[in-house]
Amino acid sequence: MDALFSIVPLIVFFPLLGVVINAFFGRSFMTDEDSIGPGVFASLMAGLSLVVALLMLVGLLVDPGGAEVPFLKWIQIDAGGLRVDIRWTFLVDTLSVIMMLVVAGVGTLIHIYSIGYMRGDERFPRFFTYMSLFLASMLILVTGANYLMLFVGWELVGLCSFLLIGFWFDRSKDGAYNSYAAKKAFVVNRIGDFGMILAIFLIFWTFGTLNFGPPPLEGDEHGGHAAPAISEAEPGVFALAAEYEAAGREIQFGSFSLPFAGGFLSVMTIVTLLLLLGATGKSAQIPLFVWLPDAMAGPTPVSALIHAATMVTAGVYMITRSNVLYAMAPISSGAVAIVGGATALLAGTIAVAQYDIKRVLAYSTISQLGFMIAAVGMGAYVAGMFHLATHSFFKALLFLSAGSVIHGMHHGEEVVHHSGGHIEDDFDPQDMRFMGGLRNHMPTTTWVYIVGALALAGIPPLAGFWSKDEILADASHANFPVYILLTIAAFFTAFYMGRQVFLVFYGGERSDSARHAHESPRVMTVPLIALALLSIFGGLMNLPFGGLHQLASFMERSVVHAHAGEFVPSVAAISTVLALIAIFVAWVVYGRQPVQAEERDPLTAMGLLFTVLNNKWYVDEIYNAVFVNPFKTLGNVLALVVDGQFWHDFFHDGLLVAGFNGWSRLLRDPIDLGLVDGSFNSLAEGVRGSAQRLRRVQTGYVRNYALAVALGVVGIVAYLVLRRVF
Amino acid sequence: MTETELIVPTNYYIILSAVLFSIGVAGVLLRRNAIIIFMSIELMLNSANLAFVAFARSFADVAGQVFVFFVITVAAAEVAVGLALIVTIFRTKKSIDIDEMHMLEG
Repeated sequence: MDALFSIVPLIVFFPLLGVVINAFFGRSFMTDEDSIGPGVFASLMAGLSLVVALLMLVGLLVDPGGAEVPFLKWIQIDAGGLRVDIRWTFLVDTLSVIMMLVVAGVGTLIHIYSIGYMRGDERFPRFFTYMSLFLASMLILVTGANYLMLFVGWELVGLCSFLLIGFWFDRSKDGAYNSYAAKKAFVVNRIGDFGMILAIFLIFWTFGTLNFGPPPLEGDEHGGHAAPAISEAEPGVFALAAEYEAAGREIQFGSFSLPFAGGFLSVMTIVTLLLLLGATGKSAQIPLFVWLPDAMAGPTPVSALIHAATMVTAGVYMITRSNVLYAMAPISSGAVAIVGGATALLAGTIAVAQYDIKRVLAYSTISQLGFMIAAVGMGAYVAGMFHLATHSFFKALLFLSAGSVIHGMHHGEEVVHHSGGHIEDDFDPQDMRFMGGLRNHMPTTTWVYIVGALALAGIPPLAGFWSKDEILADASHANFPVYILLTIAAFFTAFYMGRQVFLVFYGGERSDSARHAHESPRVMTVPLIALALLSIFGGLMNLPFGGLHQLASFMERSVVHAHAGEFVPSVAAISTVLALIAIFVAWVVYGRQPVQAEERDPLTAMGLLFTVLNNKWYVDEIYNAVFVNPFKTLGNVLALVVDGQFWHDFFHDGLLVAGFNGWSRLLRDPIDLGLVDGSFNSLAEGVRGSAQRLRRVQTGYVRNYALAVALGVVGIVAYLVLRRVF
Repeated sequence: MTETELIVPTNYYIILSAVLFSIGVAGVLLRRNAIIIFMSIELMLNSANLAFVAFARSFADVAGQVFVFFVITVAAAEVAVGLALIVTIFRTKKSIDIDEMHMLEG
């Protein structure tokens, strides 16, 4: 099997090949502006990645131990007791293969869909370059066998997210350019990454290694399979953590030390809380979720791939990967669960009052990520990963169908525009208030959207029901407050999806553009149908009955604390009934009497509450008031007062320049001009003055010279004579 | 010649020579006519010649007379050069007033 596992680096290098080819030669594939060459090539590369992922799955079914495939040496230091040996190693185990399948599978479908969606865009090859780069980055993240490679992928996907949110950087929405949304996502993610890298530093300080390593041996009960083939390798973080905990180690930090685990102030608690900060950034949880709704500025396939199905699940993956550490930090686990539950509910309420079709889905994504985070926080790793997988199916489906709707609306707008019809002043192809009745124009999209919506709402037997119910079942006996939060959130989920379906697809058309909308091309609908099938049957991978817990038994190989969720009939019944009630309420409000054009949303009857929800609980405004504006003020003060007035005007101009000028003027005027030049000038003046006087001696009259000669002779004679005499 | 012949003592020649020399010096210093100055110089040369001859007789040494011949020769050459200069000066300045010629004045 090792031979099969050893091809795993290809999973990254196929998309990377797509990046290189499309970045350098993408333009030459574009014979005319409607060419699809770069898209086809990128999709092919994504498909090959999926093939590699499937081969890995086959390998794991034969040899569940998996493998670590060393690929590159990277950082190697061996000096004075410090040993650092960080390699780019690919980790093939059940957890990473699940992620590979989700990323490569959903990614491939979205690549294919993008060919249709982005066709005719002036930056078509660039789009696929970025998409392939994202795919490669995300696969680096999930296949990395140490925290540093995970972090490399973590940062790379952040970069791709930035590039793709700002892909239409020259367009604007609500007065803000898309590049601002990209910048916001990037900056908010930096805060999470800050926690992440601190956690990595602390892990390295504590363990001296960043490798995940084999999971710790758990006595005899798992003896058989808990020791995979890679256990001969040196122990990684997880095995060491178990050792340290058993030994009750204290970790030295210079002059003070902290207990390794247990209690609030322990190394494991701090590490896991910092990791949670990282997860809240990437997975859009409270308090760092604010970037995700704005990220909808990117093209819709990007929203589907990055901001719904794959990248945002990196936090869930990372916490699941670190399950050994979280198991030692119950406080952090509790915090994770609370954060997840609170996010699920908060985002669910906001989604109710949004008009933008993608924004509803964005808040729904945040809410569902809250479900996953809550699940992994409660130790329900299988349920969390299960929901991650099914959510990536139906949320990608919903986003892509929404993209199809937007595509159709946009087309309708163009038709109306060319025929000289009426287009509303504030028309926006993403605004649900201008939609309605689209089921007559876009039948395929309508059907797959309804499938996605039901799956998301948790109606059995669709995929979303099984995964969400497993989370709820685990929550009902692990953490009851979180269970309450999640159940209410599930109710809202069903309601806003019902609202959306009725607003978009039922009733009468509320604009001419909607009347002229048309179904999207096959290249877009076929991936939708594939995703719809996955959304329907995805639950089969982990049915909560008897021996059907394939995902659980699969994940147990790599996730120590994985356990199969049990089926709790009362929980399932409550959530199903609640979802049905919510859909019924949605029908009462939006379906029975369809909203007409120019008519206000019936929910505005809630008054202030609706305004608050529509404005997202004013979280952005609060952040602006509490963090952003003070920060800008601080930046202004630093720039204008400290740097400008103090350093530049006062210190530089006032002290340095003026001081230097004064000093050099002192050197120049009195010293150089006065003393040095003066002394030489007066010497020269003296010479000239005396010469002026002495030149009179030279009269030019011969007799004067003759007289001088004569007097000289007389003098000499006198001397000679007088010398004789005296 | 006999013992009784009157012999003029050498002192007298020397004194005459000094007087002639002084007249020459005064002529050079006081007169402005170039020709006169020139003649005064000749007077000084000849006073020196007189001194040479007087000492030659006094010491009975013929070397003094040899010097005199040289001086006369040099004086002749000097006269030629000097008169040529004076003629040239006269041609340019239309004057031989020595005070007119002070172009080397400082």
